[in-house]
Amino acid sequence: MSKITSDEVRQTATLARLELSDGEVHRLTRELDAILGYMESLASLDVSGVEPTTHAVPLDMPLRDDVLEALEPHLPVDLALLDAPKRHDAFFEVPKIIEVTE
Amino acid sequence: MKLEAVIGLEVHVQLATRTKIFTSASAAFGGAPNSHTDPYTLALPGTLPVLNRAAVDAAMRLGLAVDCEIASCRFARKHYFYPDSPKGYQLSQYEEPLCKGGVVPFLLDGEVRSVRLTRIHMEEDAGKSMHLAGSPVSLVDYNRCGVPLCEIVSEPELRSAAEAGAYLRAIRQLVRWLGISDGNMEEGSLRCDANVSVRPVGESKLGTKAELKNMNSFKHVEAAIEYEIARQSDLVARGERVVQETRLWNADKGTSHAMRSKEQAHDYRYFPEPDLPPLTVDPAAVERLRAQLPELPLARWRRFQSLGLSAYDAGVLTADRNIADYFDGVVRVGVSPKLAANWISTEVLSRDGWRVEAAALGELIALIENQTISGKIAKDVFDKMWATGKGARAIVEGEGLTQVTDAGVLEPACRAAVEANPKQVAQYKGGNEKMIGFFVGQVMKATQGKANPAMVNELLKKLLA
Amino acid sequence: MTITDGGLAEVAQAIRARQVSAAEVTDAYLARIAAIDGTLKCFYRVDEAGARAQARAVDERLARGEDPGLLAGVPVGLKDLFVTEGLETTAGSKILEGWIPPYDGTPSKKLKQAGAVLVGKLSMDEFAMGSSNENSAYGPVRNPWDTTRVPGGSSGGSAAAVAAGLVAGALGTDTGGSIRQPAALTGTTGLKPTYGRVSRYGVVAFASSLDQVGPFGRSALDCAYLLQAIAGHDAHDATSLGSPVPDYLAACARPIDGLRVGIVRSWVAKLDRELAALVEEAFNTLERLGARLVDVTLPTSEHGIAAYYIIATAEASSNLARYDGVRYGLRVPGENLNAMYARTRSAGFGDEVKRRIMLGTYALRSGYYDAYYLRAQKVRTLIRNEFARAFGAVDVIATPTAPSVAFKLGEKTDDPLAMYLNDVFTIPCNLAGIPGMSVPCGFSQSLPVGLQLLGPALGEETLFAVAGAYQRATDWHTRRPPA
Repeated sequence: MSKITSDEVRQTATLARLELSDGEVHRLTRELDAILGYMESLASLDVSGVEPTTHAVPLDMPLRDDVLEALEPHLPVDLALLDAPKRHDAFFEVPKIIEVTE
Repeated sequence: MKLEAVIGLEVHVQLATRTKIFTSASAAFGGAPNSHTDPYTLALPGTLPVLNRAAVDAAMRLGLAVDCEIASCRFARKHYFYPDSPKGYQLSQYEEPLCKGGVVPFLLDGEVRSVRLTRIHMEEDAGKSMHLAGSPVSLVDYNRCGVPLCEIVSEPELRSAAEAGAYLRAIRQLVRWLGISDGNMEEGSLRCDANVSVRPVGESKLGTKAELKNMNSFKHVEAAIEYEIARQSDLVARGERVVQETRLWNADKGTSHAMRSKEQAHDYRYFPEPDLPPLTVDPAAVERLRAQLPELPLARWRRFQSLGLSAYDAGVLTADRNIADYFDGVVRVGVSPKLAANWISTEVLSRDGWRVEAAALGELIALIENQTISGKIAKDVFDKMWATGKGARAIVEGEGLTQVTDAGVLEPACRAAVEANPKQVAQYKGGNEKMIGFFVGQVMKATQGKANPAMVNELLKKLLA
Repeated sequence: MTITDGGLAEVAQAIRARQVSAAEVTDAYLARIAAIDGTLKCFYRVDEAGARAQARAVDERLARGEDPGLLAGVPVGLKDLFVTEGLETTAGSKILEGWIPPYDGTPSKKLKQAGAVLVGKLSMDEFAMGSSNENSAYGPVRNPWDTTRVPGGSSGGSAAAVAAGLVAGALGTDTGGSIRQPAALTGTTGLKPTYGRVSRYGVVAFASSLDQVGPFGRSALDCAYLLQAIAGHDAHDATSLGSPVPDYLAACARPIDGLRVGIVRSWVAKLDRELAALVEEAFNTLERLGARLVDVTLPTSEHGIAAYYIIATAEASSNLARYDGVRYGLRVPGENLNAMYARTRSAGFGDEVKRRIMLGTYALRSGYYDAYYLRAQKVRTLIRNEFARAFGAVDVIATPTAPSVAFKLGEKTDDPLAMYLNDVFTIPCNLAGIPGMSVPCGFSQSLPVGLQLLGPALGEETLFAVAGAYQRATDWHTRRPPA
């Protein structure tokens, strides 16, 4: 049985903001199906009562002092906007916002 | 069929820290566009979050003040694409928030009520995008992006717009009281979304809810909830179904409208933030913070009533921690709490600022109580204190305003008043006892208001007998 | 013999002893790059002016009698994943083409502080996703041992540049084997330190819980020099470790008498006969040096690839959400915001990156999270526990680094899953957060073969001791590719 359908590939692409051609959808459906099929092997392991690992080396949260100098550098406006593909005065400019179905 | 409203609020409070929650760029309100950024704020490749201790302390203090369980916690990534979210995800807390449970007491019509909390969690604020009418573009400013927020999630236990408003005011009072936020709804440092549903009275199952957004004042929160309860009740009465949706309040029209349904579906794909280890809470540190909490508004409201104040006066004096502290400062001098409360609400709160210190007002009230000056003179003295910064005693002594209580001085003054006004004496003796006021006024005029009115009264009665 | 034939340690010592100036050394390496890199294509960009200026500064400090730093005058290359202030940084992707960072990352900053001469930015698989360097948006790198073959990946440019003597040392990153596998395929020595040992600040993220920065050199000692300069706590990285940084140079000279070396027989059994014989011979050498061989088993680690490709792609799908055409990098116009997003990302990302974003996004979707991401994180715990048990019985584990020698360019590009299976021996180390090193241990079909050494968390010193002893007893690491 296939693990993923082309519709799911399309929905996932929308979530990830990727525009895929029909050919890409077809190819990715096949490839992701093979990879997800390979990942089935994890189902054979007994993980009941096992805590998930989010950090391989156990660590405590370090806390930083509430001062401007704690983490340098700060960016002056011109440097902040230096790499902007499009700017308007001191703002980043983007096309008008219209939501999409996810 | 009688219906009841079921309301839960999600309140966002901006914490008043100097720097952002995950980086040390300025968290100050306003500023020139994009002037409060750094590589992390702009989500430049390779940047990492580092948590601000002051934000954690503020969130813990808030949690402790409303009896939450302070728990070891984690941050999670909440994904959505939007220009005001530069990383493509917001750092928030999901399955493991800092504060669990809790209860917020609030006052409505002089009565204490309370609502339970689900949780309080920490997260980062988004940037601001501006949509210019008629323009094909939007503009983005990241100054606000990364300012620390606490989201306070209540259980759906509120039953009316008035209750919701009172609860929200209690939150604002509390965060200001704790000094962790200015709680300003207009500037957006306090924001509120409301989940509203209706159900038949007696029913325990929740009805389908609508989520209300875009209310930026207390008045609008109440109006939007009021409107929504009416709208849903109307639907039910007509036998129609309430649909789950997000509705935006339009303050100008006084109505709300549903967001288009396709704007609502999200799959946030939460997962634990790998760039930050879990935050382990040290119970000893929590107890230290708990011990340092100030006396909270409700406790003070009760204590002030135990000093003999009315519930109303106690409410006025606990609206703000500065007022309550001021009142305590005045009473500490040893004067009557009631007199202190009257002076504060009529004289101090009607002016801007705190130019007369609490102890100084206490000294002034003490002068009234020991009859050094009359209440009337005291008001003039207070004006002078406010204007000059001088102490009450210094003004009274310097200007010779001390009340005259020496019968050797008052008696001749009273006698003179009686002798100079035979017509009025006749009226008094003829049965018009109100004329006594006339004589008192004459004596007061003659003594520049310094005569002790009670003594004058007594002396006059004797002379006119 | 010219200076570029030596290793990093020799170059550093020669400059410090003022046998040669930093400027001469830099000129020699720049000349070699000019001569050879047209064929190999290790570099995206060479910062000639910057390198010469840094070298001159080192010479001036030496002339004034100042301490010029551990890496004074040593020409070092950086994988293009390292953020360098004022110097274009692309992560091998079109989406970052032309991005000039306004800040310096910690690894590049620390190298500069140690006096290293940063020669330029090295080729890589786009966003470090790949095992052959063929996923670079700017063309593949060729293996100096056979230019029809891949150098491995994702730090392919770093490995090939060190192998060909274009730099004395290089930094790479290793998320699932991206330092050790190319080191093996190019006959160089490469180390992935313990997770958190080196700061990730200013390192373009692929998979945050797995990424780790590490060095490439000709020898273990070369790697020790580089790690010495870049290791340590960083206030910018909440996951960086606070443990003190030991003397890695000294560790390279330590004896390994009585050290217990774990052997995973089932892993060796996956190799062809020739490779297996080379690896077995390396085990025997370690035994002759006084180590004791002990069999260990790591059965859960067989599931490492499956767990890894869920965790890594999920984190990557999130880390790459910031490439949206708003603040930096590529933007392809669209009639509305979402059209701009989708067009920018589709044009900016290559096929492998898109495939992984898709896989990771899918694995995090509501309804799938428990079956994929959460389960993979639990399997990760099992693998960590398995290594912890193994390191109760042994000091270090020796395994092959890669299942094969360098393959032909284009050989595996049509089958992503086959490419993923290349990482079978390197991935468990990243999942467990432990250090791993690859050292050259012979040749098969005239191509280099690597031996992998794995240690417990913060066990870098032991790895340096074993690799140092092995390289004193063998000369595989001194072999040079044909010019």
